Amino acid sequence: MTDLLETLPYARFLGLQTAREGDSLTVTMPFADRLIGNPLLPALHGGSTAALLEFAAIAQVALLYPRLKLPRPINVTVAYLRSGRPVDVHARARISKAGRRVAHVEARAWQEAEDQPIASLAAHFLIAEHDL
Amino acid sequence: MTASPIVGLLPQLAAGAAHTHALGFSFDRLDGDRVRIRAPWREDLVGDPDTGVLAGGLVTTLLDHAGGLAVWVALERFEPIATLDLRVDYMRAARPRAGLVAEARCYRLTRSIAFVRAWAFEDSPDDPVAAAQAAYMLDSSSGRPVGANLQPRPEGRA
Repeated sequence: MTDLLETLPYARFLGLQTAREGDSLTVTMPFADRLIGNPLLPALHGGSTAALLEFAAIAQVALLYPRLKLPRPINVTVAYLRSGRPVDVHARARISKAGRRVAHVEARAWQEAEDQPIASLAAHFLIAEHDL
Repeated sequence: MTASPIVGLLPQLAAGAAHTHALGFSFDRLDGDRVRIRAPWREDLVGDPDTGVLAGGLVTTLLDHAGGLAVWVALERFEPIATLDLRVDYMRAARPRAGLVAEARCYRLTRSIAFVRAWAFEDSPDDPVAAAQAAYMLDSSSGRPVGANLQPRPEGRA
């Protein structure tokens, strides 16, 4: 698997780029006008940041727990910590626990500084081959 | 049906920003305090090409946005709001090659916060693909001027 996200249409729509360092992936969403949700500030649409976080989590789980099917989200909680500025966003996910069927993942998105995240995600993914 | 001045703005608020326009969102209807918007099925919005189903992240965006509209409906006016947090439960796979509707309802407004529930489905909210619970900050600009995000981020402050 070189770059999973390049094979997923919506990840391509968002322009996501993946960099790998050892077992850790950093996913970048380059700024584009069509990501803007609030034209006055201007600010990124929170949904685009949430989608970036979710894809970063999917890619990280798929890297460490390769299966025939992609990890499927069971639930996802996103906290929006700061307004998304009209610049690139980066995201990195960490697997807190992976069992036989379910993985719990935490991810953060940041812009200028990693210690000033703009959003965080906590999610459960189904990683078993069978359905929910 | 309310005669609130926000009603005429809903189509623009559903689809008028660059992101929602690019995603093809559209206003569907308002029924009391329940507002519905739609996302079309499109090849480039699919999460997993093996299933042909709209991406989870897109469903999250649709629910987040529908929730925002529900807040403005409850406020009966437009003002800057910002999603504080959003939880989405994905209850089943969406139908391949099918668009989705999101219905949202603001069930509580306080001075600073709006509490919202929302559902995404193809045909009926009784058979949801996903359900969301979200909180929004009201008057989120708190005096920040137009273009504020073009300035450097102040230290230690959102």
